[in-house]
Amino acid sequence: MTNRFFILILLLFSTLVAYAGGYRVSLQSGRALAMGHAGVGVIDNAEGAFFNPSALVHLKNRLEIAAGVSVVYSTIRFQDEVTGQSEKTHNSPSTPLYLYSNYHLSDKFSVGLSVFTPYGSAVEYTTDWPGSHLVNRIELSAFYIQPHVAYKITEKFSVAAGPIIAIGSVDFNRNLNRTMIDIDGNRSNVTVKASGVTEIGWHASATYLPMEGLTVGATYRSEMIMSPDDGDATFSNVPNSPMTPFKDSKFSAELPLPAELLIGVAYEFDKWTLAFDYNLAFWDVYKSLDIEFADPNIPNSSNPRNYKNSSSYRFGAQYQLKDNIALRAGYYYDETPVQSTYFAPETPRADSHNFTFGGGIDITDNFRVDVAFLYIYFKEIDESYDHYEENGIKVPFGGTWKTSGFVPSIGLTYRM
Amino acid sequence: MKLLHKIFIASAFLALVACETDFDNKVTDEGFYNSGSADVSAFVAVGNSLTAGYADNALYKTGQENSFPNILASRFAFVGGGEFKQPMMADNYGGLLLGGNKIAEPRMVLSFDADGNAAPTVLDKTPTTEVSDHLSGTFNNLGVPGAKSFHLAAPGYGNVAGVATGQANPYFARFASSENATVIQDAVAVDATFFSLWIGNNDILSYATSGGVGEDQTGNMDPTTYGGNDITDPMVFASVYSGLLEGLTANGAKGVVANIPDVTTIPYFTTVPYNAVPMDEATAAMVNANFELYNDQVLPLMVGAGVISPEEAALREIEFSAGQNAPIIVDKDLTNLTDILISQGIDPTTAHLVGQLRQANAEDLLLLPSSSVIGTLADPSNPMSIMGVAVPLPDEIVLTKKEQVLVHTAMVSYNATIQALASQHELAFVDANALLRQLADGGLSYDAGMLTSDYVTGGAFSLDGVHPTARGYAFIANEMVKAIESTYGADLPKVNIGEFPTIMPHNN
Repeated sequence: MTNRFFILILLLFSTLVAYAGGYRVSLQSGRALAMGHAGVGVIDNAEGAFFNPSALVHLKNRLEIAAGVSVVYSTIRFQDEVTGQSEKTHNSPSTPLYLYSNYHLSDKFSVGLSVFTPYGSAVEYTTDWPGSHLVNRIELSAFYIQPHVAYKITEKFSVAAGPIIAIGSVDFNRNLNRTMIDIDGNRSNVTVKASGVTEIGWHASATYLPMEGLTVGATYRSEMIMSPDDGDATFSNVPNSPMTPFKDSKFSAELPLPAELLIGVAYEFDKWTLAFDYNLAFWDVYKSLDIEFADPNIPNSSNPRNYKNSSSYRFGAQYQLKDNIALRAGYYYDETPVQSTYFAPETPRADSHNFTFGGGIDITDNFRVDVAFLYIYFKEIDESYDHYEENGIKVPFGGTWKTSGFVPSIGLTYRM
Repeated sequence: MKLLHKIFIASAFLALVACETDFDNKVTDEGFYNSGSADVSAFVAVGNSLTAGYADNALYKTGQENSFPNILASRFAFVGGGEFKQPMMADNYGGLLLGGNKIAEPRMVLSFDADGNAAPTVLDKTPTTEVSDHLSGTFNNLGVPGAKSFHLAAPGYGNVAGVATGQANPYFARFASSENATVIQDAVAVDATFFSLWIGNNDILSYATSGGVGEDQTGNMDPTTYGGNDITDPMVFASVYSGLLEGLTANGAKGVVANIPDVTTIPYFTTVPYNAVPMDEATAAMVNANFELYNDQVLPLMVGAGVISPEEAALREIEFSAGQNAPIIVDKDLTNLTDILISQGIDPTTAHLVGQLRQANAEDLLLLPSSSVIGTLADPSNPMSIMGVAVPLPDEIVLTKKEQVLVHTAMVSYNATIQALASQHELAFVDANALLRQLADGGLSYDAGMLTSDYVTGGAFSLDGVHPTARGYAFIANEMVKAIESTYGADLPKVNIGEFPTIMPHNN
């Protein structure tokens, strides 16, 4: 009992960590999402390929497959009391997917192949809205193809590693500035599009089982800088003037997918599983979104972002109601990587409180269905993006922001 | 599976709730802003080109969309303001057709040559707005480009049959409710709860922009006898203005009025410096030699004969020197010496040349069109016929001090009328004269720099040098909002003028 109590305290008060914000989407598990998306220390199914591949070697079944999908309903609201301007995004729901697998070659070795979408953003404002010089719409996604090899060094200690192949695409439209129009009065704008951008990275993880029921683990995924160098920039409604030399052009850019560190602990006792994860996303790599156009007549576009590293603190609990039914709930606190005065409308995120619940049903011995619901609560925040320049003068764009989100998620687990 | 079904229904409901989480206080909520003691539910705007949204020497769609009344209406929409209907032009090019023939040019745009030199240019498009295509219905924006104060009360001003002969206004003819309707009748018919009235500019401006070729009609109480470029008698203005306000306030409506800016705040009058002619010493000596006879013999002779005073002779002396020089001009307020000189045996060409000749001085205003006249050849086959040096600038591109005084005197009188009547009717009052003075004297800062009256670069005035840009109109709209707030205790959202366009770069 003393032990258990100690561990509870540890779970609740240990110095905390996490990940979040930016264009990170934490929807990699139908089971873990219901537990605050904490899962590094949980040895349960193939979803561990995301949280902690080194834990997979401890799975009992020879083959484990997990797949799932989430539906992200999110709305960003903006208003400015001085001008009365208000705006609400009309994003169509995005649906991040995952597919994980793990196969035991032997008692000590397991391998697997997984695909998931850790980064993505789909934001659509009304065309020509007041912040249209910063963004009209953006669709950004990256999916990771991640093989792993896990090895049990001792009964209590295991490691895993593997490469990551990231494949990304971007589709971004904004107006050229706040006022430029063509002779018919249509706002001048640019669309930059690139797809099939690939980059290679790596991951490594370790798991330690210090005592019965207790698991600690850590996972690191490396940073990858997505560098489209052959994307298409399309300019529309540009005035016919030598002063506005915006012709369609190729472009190159760099968009970082930051490294992340996941540390977690889970404790199982009686019918309970308690989990705590700390995530740290190394967002400080994202200094600026710089777009260079191949056409030398087009001035390059520099958009300071100046993100900071951000943490998430995740708490989850599971209660085994019946042999085949588990109930889950969780909470996580998600820090934004966006610093004050850098609230660009593409990701005007404040810190968020996230509440989750869900459950799982074993339909057969081989087959389980998990459902999870996430409600994301952001406080209203008065913020601005102060790094847009006109004639060399910084022109802030800001007001009050409020974002909200709701995500249902479903996951399937197959084991044999 | 029933459980799953329930879960899906619950999740759809939660999604709805989550995504409808809104601000604690929404700017669109009733009561967030308020109109104070004014009722802005029905708004009518009455005036001239400034009310219509005219810019770049034309009326075109984006100009109308950015007219100050339309911007005001967008503010009123937060506090119960209704629909604001404008008589929209058919295109974004501007210009007019009457019976298929072009009667007004399209807008001006800023062209650039290969070296990056800018030149205001008329857009090379065919207008598609046909004056005889009558727009039906009532309109909230009754800004009629070209209208003087008394035109607003003139029957037949919107009769399309009178457009060709100049008896009617092509812009009003497009949407007048009937052939004999007056602008003010159509405005009163809207039964508005709130109005704007900005009128009187053209009562002096057409005289000023034509270099004072018209007459000052002060003392003539019959405006039907006025020419197009005349100055309206201040008593006529006062009587008309009073009548307009009586009509607009008869139903108890409240409103905002603006006064008339001084011409010296407008780039059309201030862009070309009086000493616009550069010259080296040798050229100056050569030019001066040409005027030796005029300076040293003709003028003293005329003084001696009592034809002109010594002061006028001094004013008429012409002297060029190395550096910047004032051009020579025709000043019709000078004694006309032509006939006397001819009778004295001077050849008629020279006699006409020097008949009302003098050199411009710092008190004269060279009008914007003079920039494309000075230095050109009056006779392309004669390299000596340089405008401003050998041939005087015509009267219609120079506003002399004497002419300026007439304009200024009338303006002061009009403005006294406007302010007194605004106060009598307890209307919101905008001192447009002071605001434009502020733009001319250093400018006003906004989020991306300074808004000034500088031609092309200042942002406040369009390429015609007289009418504001969209940004200039937005600035005026904000000032009207402030006046409405202070007069009626209202609280309204402003616009960010940095979001409004200025001049249009475009090569034909």
